[in-house]
Amino acid sequence: MTVFREIDYGTPAPKTDATVKLEIDGRETIAPAGASIMHAAMLAGVEIPKLCATDRVDAYGSCRLCLVEIDGRKGTPSSCTTPAEDGMRISTDSERLRRLRRGVMELYISDHPLDCLTCAANGDCELQDMAAATGLRDVRYGYDGDNHLDAEKDATNPYFSFDPAKCIVCARCVRACAEVQGTFALTMLGRGFETVISPGAEATDFLSSECVSCGACVDVCPTATLIEKPVEDHGLPDRTVVTTCAYCGVGCSFKAELKGDQVLRMSPLKAGGANEGHSCVKGRFAWGYANHPDRILKPMVRDAITDPWREVSWDEAFDFTAKRLTAIRDEHGADALGAVTSSRCTNEETYLVQKLARAVFGANNVDTCARVCHAPTGYGLKTAFGTSAGTQNFRSVEKTDVVMVIGANPTDAHPVFASRMKKRLREGAGLIVADPRRTDLVRSAHVEADHHLPLRPGANVALINALAHVVVTEDLVDWDFVQERCDSASFAAWRAFVSGAENSPEAMAEHTGVDPEEVRAAARLYASAPNGAIYYGLGVTEHSQGSTMVMGMANLAMATGNLGREGVGVNPLRGQNNVQGACDMGSFPHEFPGYRHVSDDAVRESYEELWGVELSAEPGLRIPNMLDGAVAGRFKAIYIQGEDIAQSDPNTSHVVDGLSAMDCVIVQDLFLNETAHFAHVFLPGSTFLEKDGTFTNAERRINRVRKAMAPASGLADWEITQKLAQALGYQMDYGHPEEIMAEIAATTPSFAGVSYAKLEAEGSVQWPCNDAAPDGTPTMHVGGFVRGDGMFSITEFFPTSERTGPRFPLLLTTGRILSQYNVGAQTARTANTIWHDEDVLEIHAHDAEQRGLSDGDLVSLKSRAGETTLTARISDRVQPGVVYTTFHHAANQANVVTTDNSDWATNCPEYKVTAVEVRGANGPSDWQRSYAELTAATSKRATQPAE
Amino acid sequence: MTRVFVPLDSGARSVGADAVADAFETAGAEVIRTGSRGLYWLEPMAEVDGPDGRIAFGPLEPGDAADVLAGGSAKRLGPLEDFDGFKQQTRMLFERVGEIVPTDYDAYKANGGEAGLQAALALSADEVIAAIQASGLRGRGGAGFPTGIKWRTVADAPGAEKYIVCNADEGDSGTFADRMLMEGDPFLLLEGMAIAAHAVGAGKGYIYLRSEYPDAERILAEAIETAPFLGQDWNGLAFDIELRIGGGAYICGEETALLESLEGARGMSRAKPPLPAIAGFMGQPTVVNNVLTLAAAAPILAGGADAHAALGVGRSKGTMPFQLSGNVKRPGLYEAPFGLSLRTLIEDFGGGTASGRLVRAVQVGGPLGAYFPDSLLDTPLDYEAFAAAGGMLGHGGVVVFDDTVNMAAQARFALAFCAHESCGKCTPCRIGSRRGVELIDRIVANDRRPLQRETLADLLEVMRDGSLCALGGLTPVPVQSALDWFPEDFEKDAQP
Repeated sequence: MTVFREIDYGTPAPKTDATVKLEIDGRETIAPAGASIMHAAMLAGVEIPKLCATDRVDAYGSCRLCLVEIDGRKGTPSSCTTPAEDGMRISTDSERLRRLRRGVMELYISDHPLDCLTCAANGDCELQDMAAATGLRDVRYGYDGDNHLDAEKDATNPYFSFDPAKCIVCARCVRACAEVQGTFALTMLGRGFETVISPGAEATDFLSSECVSCGACVDVCPTATLIEKPVEDHGLPDRTVVTTCAYCGVGCSFKAELKGDQVLRMSPLKAGGANEGHSCVKGRFAWGYANHPDRILKPMVRDAITDPWREVSWDEAFDFTAKRLTAIRDEHGADALGAVTSSRCTNEETYLVQKLARAVFGANNVDTCARVCHAPTGYGLKTAFGTSAGTQNFRSVEKTDVVMVIGANPTDAHPVFASRMKKRLREGAGLIVADPRRTDLVRSAHVEADHHLPLRPGANVALINALAHVVVTEDLVDWDFVQERCDSASFAAWRAFVSGAENSPEAMAEHTGVDPEEVRAAARLYASAPNGAIYYGLGVTEHSQGSTMVMGMANLAMATGNLGREGVGVNPLRGQNNVQGACDMGSFPHEFPGYRHVSDDAVRESYEELWGVELSAEPGLRIPNMLDGAVAGRFKAIYIQGEDIAQSDPNTSHVVDGLSAMDCVIVQDLFLNETAHFAHVFLPGSTFLEKDGTFTNAERRINRVRKAMAPASGLADWEITQKLAQALGYQMDYGHPEEIMAEIAATTPSFAGVSYAKLEAEGSVQWPCNDAAPDGTPTMHVGGFVRGDGMFSITEFFPTSERTGPRFPLLLTTGRILSQYNVGAQTARTANTIWHDEDVLEIHAHDAEQRGLSDGDLVSLKSRAGETTLTARISDRVQPGVVYTTFHHAANQANVVTTDNSDWATNCPEYKVTAVEVRGANGPSDWQRSYAELTAATSKRATQPAE
Repeated sequence: MTRVFVPLDSGARSVGADAVADAFETAGAEVIRTGSRGLYWLEPMAEVDGPDGRIAFGPLEPGDAADVLAGGSAKRLGPLEDFDGFKQQTRMLFERVGEIVPTDYDAYKANGGEAGLQAALALSADEVIAAIQASGLRGRGGAGFPTGIKWRTVADAPGAEKYIVCNADEGDSGTFADRMLMEGDPFLLLEGMAIAAHAVGAGKGYIYLRSEYPDAERILAEAIETAPFLGQDWNGLAFDIELRIGGGAYICGEETALLESLEGARGMSRAKPPLPAIAGFMGQPTVVNNVLTLAAAAPILAGGADAHAALGVGRSKGTMPFQLSGNVKRPGLYEAPFGLSLRTLIEDFGGGTASGRLVRAVQVGGPLGAYFPDSLLDTPLDYEAFAAAGGMLGHGGVVVFDDTVNMAAQARFALAFCAHESCGKCTPCRIGSRRGVELIDRIVANDRRPLQRETLADLLEVMRDGSLCALGGLTPVPVQSALDWFPEDFEKDAQP
């Protein structure tokens, strides 16, 4: 295998079906209307020399290598900036053009180091390529003229270096930072010969600049000026494996570029449907955890959690585990066993875990981390539309006129999609942000929300009802859509409900705290847009009325006709790389794969026949119920694949109590995570680089994960599950994940058309993919809803029982930061900690003043559930009365304070609203101290490995 | 009380007009500040109102005030309409400059102002454009593009908004006509912009003024506040103008770089196409015209396209305010119809060199214009004739050098100017101009001269044919003309 380079057409492809016909070097060429001559030539197989042009950014016209001659026109225009027109006759090569190009290259090289042989980009340098292509043999200017060869290298960014001595000032990096990423950190300073690229007008190095380390600049740099440090250290990669990022639900496609078994860089794939060539600091650079010394590579077992771990062989580990599980099942019955699937693992692996739980353990006790994030999305959207998933693809945002972002912070949590969204916003789309906190989208470089609705945490449903009230009472309803597409009785009932005065923005202001005029203006903006789209995140779902809110947004979108085409929709920004897939694959205790209820006899019988066992028709236990059952002595064993419930689930002390009460906790993970403190068996998992499979992102896009190296522990996660099943006496014998996908396709109608062969051919496919939609379904509900008529639900607002009072006068809400990911299992083991090495508590100056707190003080954060300590940061991003923190670092344990309140329909925890008090502190909380003692006692590793 | 007119023009002020004005006031006169007549070698000048009209005196010092008022000054020039160098002019654009208080709208109107706009608003947009086309008006910024065609393009281009952008970033060396007009008769520019707005359907105009013109800024700001036809519905016209100050870069006089700067970005040239007329300011169809071009629209509409077309020669119609400077006895602004010869301008209007020595070279059209030797001085001041002779009229700046000039140093200056003023975008301009300076230094130092000459020839071709915009593309013009006409200066073994 060799390094895979995608074709660079020089300028972006125009989005049109119209074509023009022209002649390039005597070849008849058909090109899309609006394409540059350079692009058209590339389509015709004519590669015009270029340095400043790349199809990732708009044409710029600075290098002057791509000059061409056009019949009947004067001069030598640049082919990157000149559109191809019907009937043009173009010559890309002539004596004159060669002379000009050589002259340009001579100028470039007169200000460039002559260190090709020792340069990190040797062999992967466009400047080098162009010097060769133009036949430059001599630089008559000499090398003693004015130059930049002494410019100082900037190595402050942990992942890439910037060597301005090698810079050719093509500004690709500046343009990528602006056009692709939308951060506008990089700039050009000075003029004339003194023009230089700078990481900011004020900043002098990358680390202190506004750079978000997305890598777009590194990706487009034609020289070694911006280059990945591993490539500098180890030389160029020699092979490529195309795969899918294992961080957030955007699901970016990457080229893993390796030398031997070592990844040297992850380069975003232009052909990737989700990311179209863009990336963020996590996917692009933060993959070093895969080789981190903390990784556990040998299975370990112990009789009691206070015993030291014993390294054992895989066989012994499976034997040990099977014996324990069998004994428990014999004594307490199948209901005492359960499993938790991972949203980090592949579809195939998830499918196997739920199969293990249902067919081998013998009950439907299987749940997943979606329980704590987007379970309300599944419930709410299925109720309204008939499908438990978002309605659009990411590209849809390019056709959106008004974007409404509710309870989501995409620039931190879904950065690659945020960049696509910001591009559309810069083109002029309207923006409404409903968030208690002033996120970056509210105002950042070239983006400003038309309306920021800073609602109080917990008041989402009040807000959505107020917005709907305006739509209904100001006659902004799309009557044609409602009459044609929606259930009329439910609409009438909903209309009567929301038009009530109690739902008006003025009445709801008591709960939301938002200026009613702003709410009215926002409703008008959204409802009157030709295409209005709602994007939301966990700020919607993680509430006691999370499912209600999802239905409320669905109601609003239906009433305004914003469904069933590009540019509209109700779009969850899903958190984990495969949380959509985990849900699709039957991870919930009441549903088989494809969201079919376990009580559905026909479905159940089909699985019974295939799996050769009798299956329960009773829904199993959700995670909170398993923990409750454990505390009550009924539930005894749990198999947890790739999830750290002791850190990520709410009310940590209850989770700890539940886990401690079990007789067999099996943790399968890369690292000894917090949950592993309570485990009896540790099965070392594999990273996404070490296995084959598929991930399904927030667009329902099924992307291939490809094995780039052998599993470090010897087994891929799907093999571990399979061997565990075998140890329990169940015949599970897949030779490759492809065979698992074949079984999924054969049994799941929405996946019927999915196969590895199809994914190989198409790159990716969005479910449903079956006979009705053989190429998949980029946009859902076109022409009609999956459930038939769109269903309106009454969404009465009930304030959460989690309220402020004299003891807990502040509301805590939580979120993520760009450089860290969830509980930090991966990112905390990378250089990303340079940007965020602890979780801090954002508090408004007013609240800090009242408590005598200063920026940087150690503070106690206390709720009725628990107490932790962390550092305070005074910030006007939060409003008075609201405090905010992230939950990335185990030491800070934000979930010690979150409560066991949860969504009425799905048990999704109410992470986003906790009444708290903040006080100055001298050290860790009592909980933190006792937990530290407990985990010290349960994390002992055997000094002598077995065998 | 005797009324005395003293220029408030910054050129006049730079040589002491304010002190002269104060002296007249102290001496008991009523001082009225107007624009300058453009006879700069006579500044500070004053005109004293008398029964037979205004009598000019100059150049004055404050101590002359009493004598002037007493009628006994030796610095009496007489009525300007009889004055040699002034009386030969055809003052169309500068008709009111020096006559009226620049920001007095009533005086403007009383002296023929507003008539062009009134006439335009009585016509359809199409008819206005037709009149501009018939007048033969061409862009005065340098390129000489037919204004009517540009306006037609903008009028026909689809766009949510359309804009009128006035290029007042007058950066060419030896040019000052824009400044004099903006300081001396600002309403004329505003009126011209309003006519353009009516013609193309623009609602908003911008004046991009170079930061080095603080007086013009103040006067324009007051005029924009005062002009009744801006900022409100006025006889069906809904148009307003915003004044924007440039950042001090020569390149921002290039129209696409100007638009970048106007949009708040770094002033760097854009590739064309798209033309600004199709996708200009904020991507919308935009008229970008020079101050003089827009100003000319008013007299054309007021006096008729035919009257304008009757002035000038060939395809160069109307008048041009030529700006004469350098080594010349009578530097200043001379407005005349196209067609007079360069020699006539320099000798008859300018009085030859200030040094009294022979004219050796004349640069027309700013720092990127060709250097003409004596043998080309009979070239008529006409776009086509100049182009045929390897030069360009540009913005009408004429800089005279006597026989002491070192043309290798001038060629080096052209490249050094480009190196300093390049926006830093395209390679030929960014690196080439710097290398060009180095080459000339080596040529002059006779460091492998033939190799450097050959390399320079290739470099000039790369800059001319390869540059993104006119800055890099035209820098070879003065260099090449110096090489062609004054080769001996590159053969001396001396540093420039």
